Amino acid sequence: MTAMVEARGVTKSYGPVPVLRGVNLSVATGEVTCLIGPSGSGKSTFLRCINHLEKHDAGELLVEGQLVGYEQRGDKLYERSLKQICAQRADIGMVFQRFNLFQHLSVLDNITIGQVKVKGVSEEHAVARARELLARVGLEAKEKNYPAQLSGGQQQRVAIARALAMEPKLMLFDEPTSALDPELVGEVLDVMRDLARSGMTMMVVTHEMGFAREVANSVYFLDQGVIEESGPPLDVLSHPRSERLRNFLSKVL
Amino acid sequence: MSSTTPPETKSLEVVPLRHYGRRVGAVVALVAVAMIIHTIFSKIPTQTGQTVCQVVNGTKSCHPLMVWRFSWDVVGQFFFSREILQGLWLTLQLTFISMAIGITIGVVIAIMRMSPSRVLSGTAWFYTWFFRGTPVIAQLTFWFNIHLIYPTLSIGIPFTSLTLVHFDTTTAFTPYLAALVGLALNEGAYMSEIVRSGLISVDEGQIEAATSIGMTRGQTLRLVILPQAMRVTIPPTGNEVISMLKTSSIASVVSVFELFGTQGLISSGNYLIMGLLITGSLWYIVVTTILSAGQFYVERYYARGALRTQPLTPIQRLRRDLVGIAGKFRTPRPAVTR
Repeated sequence: MTAMVEARGVTKSYGPVPVLRGVNLSVATGEVTCLIGPSGSGKSTFLRCINHLEKHDAGELLVEGQLVGYEQRGDKLYERSLKQICAQRADIGMVFQRFNLFQHLSVLDNITIGQVKVKGVSEEHAVARARELLARVGLEAKEKNYPAQLSGGQQQRVAIARALAMEPKLMLFDEPTSALDPELVGEVLDVMRDLARSGMTMMVVTHEMGFAREVANSVYFLDQGVIEESGPPLDVLSHPRSERLRNFLSKVL
Repeated sequence: MSSTTPPETKSLEVVPLRHYGRRVGAVVALVAVAMIIHTIFSKIPTQTGQTVCQVVNGTKSCHPLMVWRFSWDVVGQFFFSREILQGLWLTLQLTFISMAIGITIGVVIAIMRMSPSRVLSGTAWFYTWFFRGTPVIAQLTFWFNIHLIYPTLSIGIPFTSLTLVHFDTTTAFTPYLAALVGLALNEGAYMSEIVRSGLISVDEGQIEAATSIGMTRGQTLRLVILPQAMRVTIPPTGNEVISMLKTSSIASVVSVFELFGTQGLISSGNYLIMGLLITGSLWYIVVTTILSAGQFYVERYYARGALRTQPLTPIQRLRRDLVGIAGKFRTPRPAVTR
């Protein structure tokens, strides 16, 4: 069985600054993977490479056995057409630190726009699915509101519903609770926990060690662009082997 | 100072600070406004020194003939005249058609300007540089005289002699078309900068979110970026429409008799210069007022989602103020207690 996400020696630099220096990782279907590490360690960049929001420089990055953004012919990688890349992205949901809801659209329209415009679902079906998802994240009463009228936690739950509306096979979370007031973190984590239980493959960049410990199947610790340590959460979080991870954990816990 | 008894609870009246300077300023402004209104609606003896004589009880008394200083009688006579209304119609056509083309050009140029391709962004930069760098009056005159350097125009394959359609420039490029093309191309340059500022104002995260749900670049632009850029682009665009309304008067130099040209044409025949000038100017003010009101509602529409509460319309604001004033009279202001 092919892994949902497979990374082999993924590197990336911004100009002369290396951000990823050979990341190797494998995520099985249905697994929840948490990426932890200090800021600037490259975890967000790596997550963004998975749906080709950022282009990696070298190495292989496969989602369901397919190269992301490229096509191999002989020994060359050809960048895929924009249309193909868009199709690949539509299968990968992403949730951002700053929610990034479409400010000019109501909550309902935020969730239907992708279904209608990208997947070609009928308006009627899209609305039905959007309402179903809003109920799932506990916001059925807010469908007519605009994002600016919602709290951060509510916005992030709508953002999760928006991503789920595309029926993704993989969900990426880029520090989904970092921009939230402490009392709003719980409601977002609850939704994510629920999603993990439903069998969604998830990759979560987070500082919520409690969530990682409880929900993740595996935890990867990134430092200075490489995976320093990985394994089941109990091993990584409770029995860190490297000095750097011990150091990091002592700061966040 | 060792007493620890709590201060007595009593009601204290709040006396707002009186702004004496503001009151003096208001009085001065009121007097100035009264003077202006008075002079606008005053009468003066005619320039020609005509007099009116009456015979009352056998004695003849004469006094100079008085006319409106601001020729209100002439304004009344011409305001709804056929010629002026035709001129106004032409002005509105020039304004709205050239703005429509200008906005379209502006959007295209702004998008080109932001393209990763240096050729496209360079071309867009050149367009803006060129049309902003030359006076509109020169551009209009250029298009008006285009037949001097291009006697014929044809559509065909570049750098070959294959042509599909062929025009005689003099007949194809009427003064009206020359004015329209000149105004639209010039406006495109200004609009491109306005549209660009709107595009830049949209948060990068919006683009990422659109991309992450699989939207193409075109869809992202059309469905996510442009609608949000509207909020920033509308106020300056409204400004441009109002500006264009008046700039279109330049078309009169290429013998398009729109509103300004028409009033000039009439007054050159009857010498009622001030009366016609005021007639034309009043129409410009009327249209500007209507456009400003329209702008308010368009802005309000595109602000939805950006603000938690919608701004009040002037009518809603008036109602709120009236209710507020009425409330002041109904109940005495409660005193602050502590």
